[in-house]
Amino acid sequence: MSALTSAEPAEETVRPENRAWKKLKTNRSAQFGLVIVAFFIIIALAAPILPIDDPLATSWSAVRKAPSAAHWLGTDEIGRDILSRMIWGAQASLLAGVVSVFIAVLVGVPFGLISGYFGGWTDQAISRVTDALLATPFLILAIALAAFLGPSLTNAMIAIGLSAVPIFVRLTRGQVLAVKTEDFVEGARAVGLTHTAIMGRYILPNVLAPILVQATLTVATAIIAEASLSFLGLGQQAPAPSWGSMLNVAKNFMTQAPWMAWWPGAAIFLVVLGFNLLGDGLRDALDPRET
Amino acid sequence: MSKAIDLNAAPVLSVENLALRFKGAPANIIDGISFAVRPGETLCIVGESGCGKSVTALSLMGLLPRSVAQVMSGTAMFGDHDLLELSQRAMADLRGNTISMIFQEPMTSLNPSYRIGDQIAEVVLRHKSVTRAEARQRALQMLDRVKIPAASSRLDDYPHELSGGMRQRVMIAMALANDPAVLIADEPTTALDVTIQAQIIDLIEELQKETGTALVMITHDLGVVAEIADRVCVMYAGHMVEDGPVEAIFDDPQHPYTIGLMSSVPSVGPRSGRLAAIGGMVPAIDNMPSGCRFTPRCPFAQTNCAVSQPPLDELGPSHRAACHYAPLETVFPEAVFQEAGS
Repeated sequence: MSALTSAEPAEETVRPENRAWKKLKTNRSAQFGLVIVAFFIIIALAAPILPIDDPLATSWSAVRKAPSAAHWLGTDEIGRDILSRMIWGAQASLLAGVVSVFIAVLVGVPFGLISGYFGGWTDQAISRVTDALLATPFLILAIALAAFLGPSLTNAMIAIGLSAVPIFVRLTRGQVLAVKTEDFVEGARAVGLTHTAIMGRYILPNVLAPILVQATLTVATAIIAEASLSFLGLGQQAPAPSWGSMLNVAKNFMTQAPWMAWWPGAAIFLVVLGFNLLGDGLRDALDPRET
Repeated sequence: MSKAIDLNAAPVLSVENLALRFKGAPANIIDGISFAVRPGETLCIVGESGCGKSVTALSLMGLLPRSVAQVMSGTAMFGDHDLLELSQRAMADLRGNTISMIFQEPMTSLNPSYRIGDQIAEVVLRHKSVTRAEARQRALQMLDRVKIPAASSRLDDYPHELSGGMRQRVMIAMALANDPAVLIADEPTTALDVTIQAQIIDLIEELQKETGTALVMITHDLGVVAEIADRVCVMYAGHMVEDGPVEAIFDDPQHPYTIGLMSSVPSVGPRSGRLAAIGGMVPAIDNMPSGCRFTPRCPFAQTNCAVSQPPLDELGPSHRAACHYAPLETVFPEAVFQEAGS
């Protein structure tokens, strides 16, 4: 980013972010992941302007029609265009993935920072709660929270986000423990900086890389979790489309209209694959041990 | 050494009988440390690795957690404050402001994800009521003063874009950005190339002359000591064994450890025989003699040395040594003394 904003002539030294970007660009599978993710993000963003049918418009003359020229991906049990529902559903899925991870990072990273930086009983308290939450299976925790909050897409996002918090607490804590013994942290204390300044400007920036990788990988998990919650009726509510709820309906028509299940299934598979490949690529690119 | 130091001036930092003990340790890690520095004066604390030099510095900076390193006795008067008594918060207000420290490892002592100009400016912003622009201006001025070429274009560099010597210059710029009254330098040149070492030492000396900062230099490099020290304080295994003006320490060392230290310095030119070394090893903390800690290695040791702790006796003008038998040549007239130094 700095390379774009500064108008300096060709730099001889390579800034670390440039090096990471270069490595990412030469990594085929990461590129593939990036293309998939970018594709879904673009169609999700472009949903309102794409020349597609209204995802909620029913048609009694086109119930459970196989893919055709009029309906490229076919229609569902009440004649809605599946292509249109897939595209609008991408919005729900991606939004759920990104927003829930955002919540998880926003809550988890500060707790991890505090836990790792201060240590002592603060660390004990935070770590024990984290351990307890991690002992509960991710999806079970999300289902319990979503059921408690009530069924809606927003609540599903909150539930998934909170369920993913312990992952980030633990990851951040571990990274902070490694970074806080660095000489520059001692140096920051030696010039009288406050704990807040040291945590915010000396430790956080130096633990961000693994958090970014974990966040990307967790988006994939969160998308599956959202689909699962929607499948169980705890996420996106009818008639608004989401891949999970489309699968839920499709399971009743597996023999009569299998395409109803193909597309959302394939989309979930692809987007999760994309985020995983991208995350793995980021991990390799940001790993300082490899050159 | 012809620096204009007012010998009657009150010391800016005066440490009296400092003793620290790590929690659970059987003996004090440092004991009976006393020294004072006046404005513009350079005090070198010398001793081998593990003798407590860095612990002394870190405890003065308040950088050792008090739950781990307990102050057993002593005071460290800095102006009207006893540094050992100040709260963490008050200590943090002093650090980087009126008392600063330079570390040993310039390669790792700067935040890798933070531009150096911002790092220096942050220290100014933390302690002075200035605007961001003024702090940045100050950072630029400091980079200039530590002789970083093309300082204005270096301001936005990340630490990894600088060499070790340059990074140490940045560290010095940070430490001096607020014109501290006392600068503690903990082996600032150990990690650098020999040629760079000389430049950094010259730079520190020059800046000290300009600012009148009192300098406490921790080192085990006697060449550095000879070059910049006004006074020297020799430590061995946590005890102060000798202190005095640099000339006295080099020309007329009194404590057997100092004598051994001086004769183990290699010098340019022919030498007859092998380089002298002090035999034996520093005793472990759980195996310290209750008297003089140098006893097991001392060629002059007598039976009472291991049991009674010798006081720091005045032997010459502001020259003290902690040895029961100092001056040695009057007590052991038959002993042959190797010519100290070169």
